[in-house]
Amino acid sequence: MSAEPADADLPPDRLLVFEEVSKFYGEVLGVNRVSLRLPPGVTSLVGPNGSGKTTLMNLLTGLVRPSRGRVSVLGIRPDDPERLFGKVGYCTQFDSFPAGVSGRSFVRGWLRLHGMAGAAAGRLADEALERVGLTEAAGRRIAGYSKGMRQRVRLALALSHRPEVLVLDEPLNGLDPMARAESLALFEGLGREGLHVVLSSHILHEVDRISDRVVLLSHGYVVAEGQIHGVRTEVTDQPLQILVRCPQPHALAARLFAAEHVVEAKVHADGGGLLVRTRDAAAFHRLLNRIVLEHGLDLEAVAPADDDANAVYQYLIGSETEAQ
Amino acid sequence: MSADAAAVGDVGTWACRRRQALAVAGLELLRGLSAGRSLWLLFLAFAPTFIILMHALHDHDEGHRLERETLILAGIVQVFYVRFGIFFGCLGLSMRLLRGEVAERTLHYPFLAPVRRDVLLLGKLLAATLTAALLFGAGIVASTLFMYGHFEAGREFLLEGAGLAHLRANLLVAVLACLGYGAVFLALSLLTKNPILPAVFVLLWEGMSGVLPVWLKRLSVTHYLKALFPVELPVEGISGLFTVVAEPTPPWLAVSGLLAFVALVVAFACWRVRSFEIGYGTE
Repeated sequence: MSAEPADADLPPDRLLVFEEVSKFYGEVLGVNRVSLRLPPGVTSLVGPNGSGKTTLMNLLTGLVRPSRGRVSVLGIRPDDPERLFGKVGYCTQFDSFPAGVSGRSFVRGWLRLHGMAGAAAGRLADEALERVGLTEAAGRRIAGYSKGMRQRVRLALALSHRPEVLVLDEPLNGLDPMARAESLALFEGLGREGLHVVLSSHILHEVDRISDRVVLLSHGYVVAEGQIHGVRTEVTDQPLQILVRCPQPHALAARLFAAEHVVEAKVHADGGGLLVRTRDAAAFHRLLNRIVLEHGLDLEAVAPADDDANAVYQYLIGSETEAQ
Repeated sequence: MSADAAAVGDVGTWACRRRQALAVAGLELLRGLSAGRSLWLLFLAFAPTFIILMHALHDHDEGHRLERETLILAGIVQVFYVRFGIFFGCLGLSMRLLRGEVAERTLHYPFLAPVRRDVLLLGKLLAATLTAALLFGAGIVASTLFMYGHFEAGREFLLEGAGLAHLRANLLVAVLACLGYGAVFLALSLLTKNPILPAVFVLLWEGMSGVLPVWLKRLSVTHYLKALFPVELPVEGISGLFTVVAEPTPPWLAVSGLLAFVALVVAFACWRVRSFEIGYGTE
């Protein structure tokens, strides 16, 4: 299932590309026959544990090699670290750090591996730590940091060399609500600046809000990809839910029921609207326009109720995870 | 391009790779020093020195001292340092370089930097070799000074006789042993998750070197190092019955042979590390 935006047709040096990629860990499947072309912007990988999100990110950054297929990042193969990691920053899930280091010395030391002089590395480290709100704690040992602070120092590391591609594995884990909102705003801003931001998260409604596209994964397979609203319209076995706010919901419901594509119309408990389930959203909107014009009904609002990532996830993957 | 971006504009050049290798070595040395991780190495390097110091302070026997002390020192360098201290020191250091980082789940950090993995490996090997060579070299120097420094004939031997030449030869052997064993154990740590078992095999092989047939002797590090020792230890007792005397290897061949062997092993390790995958969950 695919609802790709047109910018996936960009040249390979602007895209993150998976071509028929499979990864097996011995006999265990990581991902199977994944083909994706990800343009700049925020891409969210969504799926339950073991669905292959981290494997895709590790393949993208060369930490693991594909058993089959080909991966390229802005036209660069992941086994060319000198070219790749000047452009890619990866914030992994591994909550571990070298012993005894402070936040500043950790980021600075890593930047020295880029071949930078000490002063340049120090400047970029301070800039990155400030960006994630760790300036005051930068001189303290990471061993004394909270989980959220450790998450942020990893994020600072990934951002520190100003990459064009930012890969973030569960970047919101352990963050308090304020830090989570700030991080999401940061990712959204980076996506708007034209960076590739690839992130995985279980916090679906937050991911939905900032994502330009989602990739839904289950058991190592891509089950859907594209812009979230586009993906939702292609889930044809689940009628689309539309919330209509109007002062005469009973009259509207009676007229809507006449249409074959409307499978349910439930009047809201407050009597000020109804929830309609339809198999054909376009036909529903045409019908609604006609009813309003012909019968002079007032409408206050019409909005889809289940074309967010949560609903799509639930329809495509939720039933599988519940069955396990 | 900003000044900071310009600072890494030469990534991919040999000048940048040299800076990267030195940065890796610097970080590795810092890592080794943290939280008392190197105390066991200090013990290995200076345990004989401490014993020799105690001996120097309490032994007042003046008869036949020089010849006896020279033999004792040769035994300490050849048996304790080369066969035991440097062997286990390099094993521990080399295991810490990659397997230690896998165990601590920190190896992905250097793997995510724009540095070639072989450059990364060479930086790490440089740090381990420097650590081992400096510590064991210092141990040998201190042992030599304490061994000869507390009596007149010893001081004369050291300052005016062959003492300094012996010390130089022992230091050369120590550095070559650090390089040889370091490279072997680093390669083993890339081949197996637990290099201790293969290391036990290497230890037994090196220990049996004296009784092996001549053609097998040539496959042991000890055989080449033996050609460089300034003093030959007498073979006594039952081991003398089984010892196979081989034609000594010329020193130039011993040194160049060992260096060629190290280069081969390091080249293999560099090739191997390029396909090394991070899989902490399966380690």
